[in-house]
Amino acid sequence: MNETLLRELIPAVTGVLVRRGVDFATAEDAVQEALIRALATWPQDPPGDPRGWLIIVAWRKFLDATRAQAARAAREARVEAEPPPGPTESTDDTLRLYFLCAHPLLTPASAVALTLRAVGGLTTRQIADAYLVPETTMAQRISRAKRLISDVRFEETGDLATVLRVLYLVFNEGYSGELDLAEEAIRLTRQLASMTADEEAAGLLALMLLHHARRSARTTPSGALVPLAEQDRTVWDRELIAEGVTILQTALARDRLGEYQAQAAIAALHADARSAGETDWVQIVEWYDELLRLNDNPVIRLNRAVAVGEADGSRAGLAALDQVGRKTPRRTAAEAYLRERTGERALAARLYADAARAATSVAERDHLTRQAARLQELTGS
Amino acid sequence: MAKYLLLKHYRGGPTPVVDFGSMDRWTPAEVDAHIKYMHDFAATLAGTGEFVDGQAVSPEGTFVRYDGEGRPPVTDGPFAETKDLIAGWMVIDVDSYERAVELTGELSAAPGPGGKPIYEWIELRPFLSKPPTFTE
Repeated sequence: MNETLLRELIPAVTGVLVRRGVDFATAEDAVQEALIRALATWPQDPPGDPRGWLIIVAWRKFLDATRAQAARAAREARVEAEPPPGPTESTDDTLRLYFLCAHPLLTPASAVALTLRAVGGLTTRQIADAYLVPETTMAQRISRAKRLISDVRFEETGDLATVLRVLYLVFNEGYSGELDLAEEAIRLTRQLASMTADEEAAGLLALMLLHHARRSARTTPSGALVPLAEQDRTVWDRELIAEGVTILQTALARDRLGEYQAQAAIAALHADARSAGETDWVQIVEWYDELLRLNDNPVIRLNRAVAVGEADGSRAGLAALDQVGRKTPRRTAAEAYLRERTGERALAARLYADAARAATSVAERDHLTRQAARLQELTGS
Repeated sequence: MAKYLLLKHYRGGPTPVVDFGSMDRWTPAEVDAHIKYMHDFAATLAGTGEFVDGQAVSPEGTFVRYDGEGRPPVTDGPFAETKDLIAGWMVIDVDSYERAVELTGELSAAPGPGGKPIYEWIELRPFLSKPPTFTE
């Protein structure tokens, strides 16, 4: 059974139920139950018409739930066994689901969970496993999210920026347990980009493809981080890079620059360089300047300072770093890197050790600790 | 989302604000109320989709270490004088550090003697996670 094909059917099936007059929260629950049933029975008993099967089973689940509720609430309630006539579905339903699940009323984490379930076609258990929380916790997060948006009309056009933010967060989670969230994010962003002409949707897709292309080079088999400059560029996925660059160029040509396109442009410049030494740092700094114009924040300033260090020398990089707030995450690691380049090895070693203590991930902590140890050995202190 | 560990200590940490005495000196009803508060807190967090795990541990612990090839591990303790003693933990998964502090503050307000909050110091520690993809 191809689980991805099954997942792709889920939003359309939810759309069908909503078109039949079922409210989104109830429809989504019924489709989730049908999905769980499909995962259990399709391997032995694949349906001839998967989509039709899902609609019938989801509709029955809805009727069962409604009957149970009606029986509890008022015994006299009668439920129609046949779907009411009227519009059955619209091709825009899936796009509406993206908007609804990433509604600004929701916190990022609940928008992520709801999007993965209702648009991504994942089960609550799969999402809970990926985010390392109990299934009951994830189920509550999702039902709370649905309650928060219960007054939002399905037809309401949402905010594409929040949708893109949610997909960005899913991609950033990477590989977790059985589920490849990066690939799920790419699948969902690809689908989104096919439904809208928005340049930033294309920019985000390009950004994901360009980063994903480098994935196998980013860590050693034991999970240690490999910095960009030391990565084996022969294992970068050239097909993904070519696709990402094409999508980016088409978007940039429309001259409506946004943050994702600018970030993708930087990723494309890295992808273009055959070796770290051939990286066009001057252009990368220019793109960071564009990013600062779009959204001035300390993280971009920090990355810009590192790029300045490569383009104009470490001292220029340190001067740029002076403009970055002391509390910016990874600032100490960046300073350590630049200090080593200016020959201040002992200071760099201390800064790396400080950065390791402030690291937020095990892989980063271990990487920074190794850097500190390497410099300690070199300086003999 | 980020995961945080909330550590309850039998001993250790800053000086208690209120000396509420050892729990075995409380009335049974006060002990029950304290425990119920912890359970209700965990249940509320499960309901908000922020609960991951919670356990209490015995104060009676043993230190264990390797003692060379082919030899059984060496055990030592328990040590009555150990300065820092963990009583239990809760793991939460929340949107922000601010939310983690808010929840820890709530847990610290668990009732003690007379049903009054015990102002317990609770240690809040972030978990190290996986590295994000977009930082290199």
